[in-house]
Amino acid sequence: MTDLQIMTDMSSKPETTAAPRANKLEVRNLDFFYGEAKALKNINLALASNTVTAFIGPSGCGKSTLLRILNRMYDLYPGQRAEGEVLLDGQNLLDPKLDLNLLRARVGMVFQKPTPFPMTIYENIAFGINLYEKLPKSEMDGRVERALRGAALWNEVKDKLNASGLSLSGGQQQRLCIARTVAIQPEVILFDEPCSALDPISTAKVEELIDELKEKYTIAIVTHNMQQAARVSEFTAFMYLGELVEFGPTTRLFTAPEKRQTQDYITGRFG
Amino acid sequence: MTVPAVSNSSEQLDRARALSAFKLGDATFYWLTRLSALAVLLILGGIILSLIVGAWPAIKTFGLDFLVTRRWAPQLSPSPVLGALGPIYGTLVTSLIAMLIAVPVGIGIAIFLTEFCPPILRRPVGVAIELLAGIPSIIYGMWGFFVLAPFMTDHFMPAVIATFAHVPILNVIFAGPPSYLSLFNAALVLAIMILPFITAISRDVFQTVPPMLKESAYGLGCTTWEVVKNVVIPFTRAGVIGGIMLALGRALGETMAVTFIIGNSFQITGSIFSPGTTISAAIASEFAEADGVHMSALILLGLLLFVLTFCVLAAARLMLARLEMKQGK
Amino acid sequence: MNALYASRARKDKIIRVLCVGAAAFGLIWLGLILFTLFSNGLAGLSLSVFSEMTPPPGSRTGGLANAIFGSILMTVIGVAVGTPIGLLAGTYLAEYGRHEKLSFYVRFINDILLSAPSIVIGLFIYGAVVVPMGGFSGFAGSLALAVIVIPVVVRTTEDMLLLVPTQLREAASALGLPRSLVIRRIAYKAARTGLITGILLATARVAGETAPLLFTALSNQFWNANLMKTMANLPVTINNFVQSPYEYWRQLAWTGALLITLAVLALNIFARLLGAERKSK
Repeated sequence: MTDLQIMTDMSSKPETTAAPRANKLEVRNLDFFYGEAKALKNINLALASNTVTAFIGPSGCGKSTLLRILNRMYDLYPGQRAEGEVLLDGQNLLDPKLDLNLLRARVGMVFQKPTPFPMTIYENIAFGINLYEKLPKSEMDGRVERALRGAALWNEVKDKLNASGLSLSGGQQQRLCIARTVAIQPEVILFDEPCSALDPISTAKVEELIDELKEKYTIAIVTHNMQQAARVSEFTAFMYLGELVEFGPTTRLFTAPEKRQTQDYITGRFG
Repeated sequence: MTVPAVSNSSEQLDRARALSAFKLGDATFYWLTRLSALAVLLILGGIILSLIVGAWPAIKTFGLDFLVTRRWAPQLSPSPVLGALGPIYGTLVTSLIAMLIAVPVGIGIAIFLTEFCPPILRRPVGVAIELLAGIPSIIYGMWGFFVLAPFMTDHFMPAVIATFAHVPILNVIFAGPPSYLSLFNAALVLAIMILPFITAISRDVFQTVPPMLKESAYGLGCTTWEVVKNVVIPFTRAGVIGGIMLALGRALGETMAVTFIIGNSFQITGSIFSPGTTISAAIASEFAEADGVHMSALILLGLLLFVLTFCVLAAARLMLARLEMKQGK
Repeated sequence: MNALYASRARKDKIIRVLCVGAAAFGLIWLGLILFTLFSNGLAGLSLSVFSEMTPPPGSRTGGLANAIFGSILMTVIGVAVGTPIGLLAGTYLAEYGRHEKLSFYVRFINDILLSAPSIVIGLFIYGAVVVPMGGFSGFAGSLALAVIVIPVVVRTTEDMLLLVPTQLREAASALGLPRSLVIRRIAYKAARTGLITGILLATARVAGETAPLLFTALSNQFWNANLMKTMANLPVTINNFVQSPYEYWRQLAWTGALLITLAVLALNIFARLLGAERKSK
């Protein structure tokens, strides 16, 4: 895709509303370390409520690392630590005393490769709900249906809810994972290159879905695909070598980047 | 056009409550796994402690002399004389002979399976070998007792004894008379028993060689044997040696495959055709009648065996760990 | 050049013949063992083997019913006691303690226990259980088998859990699952056939163990389901009958050996089929 095409994509997109929105997540002076190696340097940005923010940049720039801080996924591994502040509705989620499971219920995540659990489609959805709520069967059926509809999967699976989640196609599996995340009603959803293992048609479906999801959720998406960032996001952050180079409305970032590096990257002149 | 927040504080509270119900289970499960892991260490400690306690009377009575005394006279009055030299000698000799036979044959079969074997045969033969490695050792022992020992004693030993009768040294090692119950027969059964084991582990190790490496050697025009000699074996040396030492550990401690046919004699004659004993065979056959310091001496033998195999197995594991590191696991 | 190549080709051929010879040599012995076992064992196989008790000296009738029962009972108890400990310890190595120093030591010691002589395990239980309790018992025999089961299950559990993709664990954590539930509900489920394979292999391993039972369960000529008393079992019965002067006893020993081998082979093959099914998924 050429620059020109990106721009035409942009033009078909409604202008981002100028009205100020509340910030759902605020990252302040964030540093991140893998052991001794510093992977993120002094990151500052804010995710507005009910918007999609895309993180772009070459591999190894730290975009996935940043995403994995937002639900403290890095905490599963020793030797990784974050310094600074990340505020979710004003509450610092780097607080070591924070209940991580509760945090992760509020900040859901969808991964690069589809990760259906080794159980039926129905159980994949009901599993997460069961953790927090004991629902009667009829109510649970409703919740499962709503989640699957929310992930635009219901019509494809409604007749085989008891089939294994692994029996679905890659694109369906990914939407099942989105449904699973949506089912526990998070506030923020993180997408870590959600389409990199999918074919173009499945990708289009997931992108449509993300566009619908922002009505209810605040969304952050890491992608190595600039066109995708341009298509789905209102705001874009360009990262390079662990630093946030530029952050702003997607339209502006792609049409009139302020920094030289950003321009080089989006025009494909990057080394 | 802000959509109302998905969750409100009361829902947060419900979730916190639901999660706190898991807290206790979460911590309990963690501690259960950790305690179980510690239990593995505890078993080792228990083995060592229990053997030392049981062996203590014998250690006090015989001290280091136990290791170098050839005599084993539990009924001697007023006080029995017990020495471990005979069983130690028998253990080392039978294991050595077994390894001499099983290592080349086992590795030969592994090379056959990975390099020369027609692909149709590869799986069935491989599976057969692995299944045979799982057969209980007492089966090997029985078969040795009823089938192998009579055959070897009647047909093989006399010929060897006659052949080497006038060759110095060899006429001591292969001295007659042939005996059903002998170190050699026991070693042969041991060899057959560890054979599938060596084959299985060598084959697994050979299969870790990256195909690219072998292909580039073939690309230079190497013959299959040259590829094996110059690429496969150097690449897997640590693993093969580790596997051999695991097999040695097994041979040293094996009980049931040798007990029936070794003869339980504490004499050291120098001939491998005469009866002898191993540490484990001595324990197994005398345990029922032993008491007092005799029993304690048998437990001390067990302690010696454990220390011996521990060293061999530890060395084997270090070798195998080195191979894994090389693979970048 | 041609002469050199000819000598290289000749060498290759010689080695080839040697390797084929080794394979034939090895397989012939192993084939002979199985042949003897089956022909001798089948000859004595009859219903009375399963219905009658082990014979008293001199008797020309009798079976192995009490020994078969004792073997199954002690194996089941040994596996039932050893498996949970092994599973939990393997879980620690693969999940919680993957990067801990403790895991390094546990893994090392476990690998050594995996190949430790079983006779030493028997002596351990003799000193730790039989002597303090004042006598041989089926209980002590079961414990000895459990000690052998543990390292086998620890190893397979760790290996199988390590095969579960990290992303699956992360996905479960991302839903807000507490760690223990990630392991129990997701990782165990994903690794289930592998874990079952490990337990089957451990069962096969102890089903034929003889040496540790000599010092713990001993044997018993009669039917006994009381774990606090000595208990008949196939391996020790075989051990006693092989060396006896009675032809009938030796026959029973062969039949018992065949039964054990069939059981062990069946467990191994079943475990293998399960493993193959897992791989094909």
